[in-house]
Amino acid sequence: MEYFFELFLGGLTRGSIYALIALGYTMVYGIVQLINFAHGEIYMIGAFTALIVISVLTMMGWNQIAILLIAAGVAVIYSSAYGYTMEKIAYKPLRQAPRLSALISAIGMSLFLQNYVLLAQTSDFLPFPGLIPDFEFMEPYAHIIGSPELVIIITTTIVMISLTFLIKFTKIGKAMRATAQDRDMAMLVGVDVNRVISMTFIIGSATAAIGGVLIASHIGQINFYIGFIAGIKAFVAAVLGGIGSIPGAVLGSLILGWTESFFTGYISSDYEDVFAFIFLVVILIFRPAGILGRSTAEKV
Amino acid sequence: MLVNELKKSFLISLWFMFLTFPIMVIRVNTVENIIQWRWANLFFVGIGSFVLSALWRYLIRRKEQGIKKTEVDGVARVTLSQRLLRERRFTIPALIVIAIVALAFPFVFSLYQTNIMITALIYVLLGLGLNIVVGVAGLLDLGYAAFYLVGAYSYALLNYHFGFGFWTVLGLGAGMAALFGIILGFPVLRLRGDYLAIVTLGFGEIIRLIMENWNEFSFGPSGIANIPRPGFFGVEMNFEQVTVYVYFLMIALSLFTIFVVNRLQNSRIGRAWIALREDEVACQAMGIDKRKTKLMAFALGATWAGFAGVVFAAKTTFINPASFTLWESINILCVVVLGGMGSIVGVIVGAFILILLPEYLRFLSEYRILAFGTVLVLMMVFRPGGIVETVRRTYQYEEADH
Repeated sequence: MEYFFELFLGGLTRGSIYALIALGYTMVYGIVQLINFAHGEIYMIGAFTALIVISVLTMMGWNQIAILLIAAGVAVIYSSAYGYTMEKIAYKPLRQAPRLSALISAIGMSLFLQNYVLLAQTSDFLPFPGLIPDFEFMEPYAHIIGSPELVIIITTTIVMISLTFLIKFTKIGKAMRATAQDRDMAMLVGVDVNRVISMTFIIGSATAAIGGVLIASHIGQINFYIGFIAGIKAFVAAVLGGIGSIPGAVLGSLILGWTESFFTGYISSDYEDVFAFIFLVVILIFRPAGILGRSTAEKV
Repeated sequence: MLVNELKKSFLISLWFMFLTFPIMVIRVNTVENIIQWRWANLFFVGIGSFVLSALWRYLIRRKEQGIKKTEVDGVARVTLSQRLLRERRFTIPALIVIAIVALAFPFVFSLYQTNIMITALIYVLLGLGLNIVVGVAGLLDLGYAAFYLVGAYSYALLNYHFGFGFWTVLGLGAGMAALFGIILGFPVLRLRGDYLAIVTLGFGEIIRLIMENWNEFSFGPSGIANIPRPGFFGVEMNFEQVTVYVYFLMIALSLFTIFVVNRLQNSRIGRAWIALREDEVACQAMGIDKRKTKLMAFALGATWAGFAGVVFAAKTTFINPASFTLWESINILCVVVLGGMGSIVGVIVGAFILILLPEYLRFLSEYRILAFGTVLVLMMVFRPGGIVETVRRTYQYEEADH
């Protein structure tokens, strides 16, 4: 039973991190119907920026908690700035173009950003300091869940709640929902669609950066390529839950995290990814629009 | 006006200096705890983005003016490439020149160059195959490398276990790939758009991961080595001759592909694919069997990947699952989209550019992929329809005389 709980919480941690990345995918998709292939790279840049800040501040001998918070803050700012700039360069000129062109542009952007970091920094794996301290009150449960996992789960929950609040109750959230439903109509009623799209990229990038810092300090190393695999997994999670739907992205991520965790724990670690993909294919065959996605009726 | 432009450029360059500051200026090495400050980079970024942003705005403005012009004229613009392709005056001499170059290539250029050409021709095959699925039938497939893998492993394994020769497997491998195309096609019949894309992606990854982990069957990540090169009626050939032989084999196979694909596009099934791409509901209303049409697209698209896979295995004599990752699928997709979806000439041009460009960008050495990514973005921003855009078949009515 204890083993079950350990796997359950491991899956929850994993799923939370996928969720932070998947949110960006799903929000962008909901509004511009674009698979933002470079989203994983934003997450990677967030992790790198954090590492740079951490190294500089550690040399100056700052307090650990302060470093963690500042690094996370700077990572969020920079990731958002990259997301914003990326949208302006690679996607905005392609609003009217065929959708596949935007996809290729995203792939080009992803290659560019990967190699930009590779050339400006390094191709090696860099150790990332585990900055989250071990809390004392967690000690009795340390064999089931560590403090970093707890921090990850709590942070994700906070991000989710504030994001839901933002989408549901604020003006920009309303504008986002309107744009997702019908862009032309939203424009007609006075929504500044360009601003909404920029905001979506900024928010999505910010959550990805939080995910980047958390996962990097959890795993303990980063390199320029981490964004690609994490991006694919998060994308799978977003589609699993129903792309375009925010609760769907969270649910899909958690389900993906749990399946991977239980499968690795009880059956075999070799076929972990295979199983995740088979699961995805099976779900989509029975629910073609994802778990929470609404299948829209075709209008003729 | 000019002052305004300068101000804009200046602000943008400031923005980029801010943006690239941590990653370009500070280099950390957490292993040895060294921090390097490279202030010079900041200066280069500033100057570079100042110039490039001005250029970028100029080009965007020109593009927008072009779009406006066509809207005003109301006539679809026929691009230069299209006009060249239509005029027989240009196409026939061009074809003759291409034929001569293709025939003489291995005798004029080095073995290394010939090998690159073979790779490019393999991509022509792959691109044309994927073009059936993505360009003509409009089904976004992100797992195309799986069929390529099936072709390659068919040859490697059938040869290893049963000693089958290249020519036997060429057909068998293509058949196997087509079979896998149908296996993939069945479950995804109901899916559309991006859900289809992600399932095909998953399918491609499943097949690759199985190959990577099932050691007893596929020898796992270490792959299969010593795959025999193709034979020619039992004639002994040295390495150089085999390469030339494979080159001509690929030329023949490409011509065959171009012929078949061209005929397919104009056939009943080809028209059905186009109808499917344009509007699924209307297409069904016209009495087209959607299931059959989609499955045909997957099967026929996969066939060419099977051919390409067999030749690839025979050419490199070593394969492992790492050659068939998602990046491979993306690469092939880039061939199709960059060249111009649905256009056969476009796909061929796209394949050559995509394979030869990184080769000839070698002088940029480590900046090669960076440049490649930039080219992809720029191409799509300034020519989203690809290098050679397809024109839809139009019928012109001649005014009847009264």
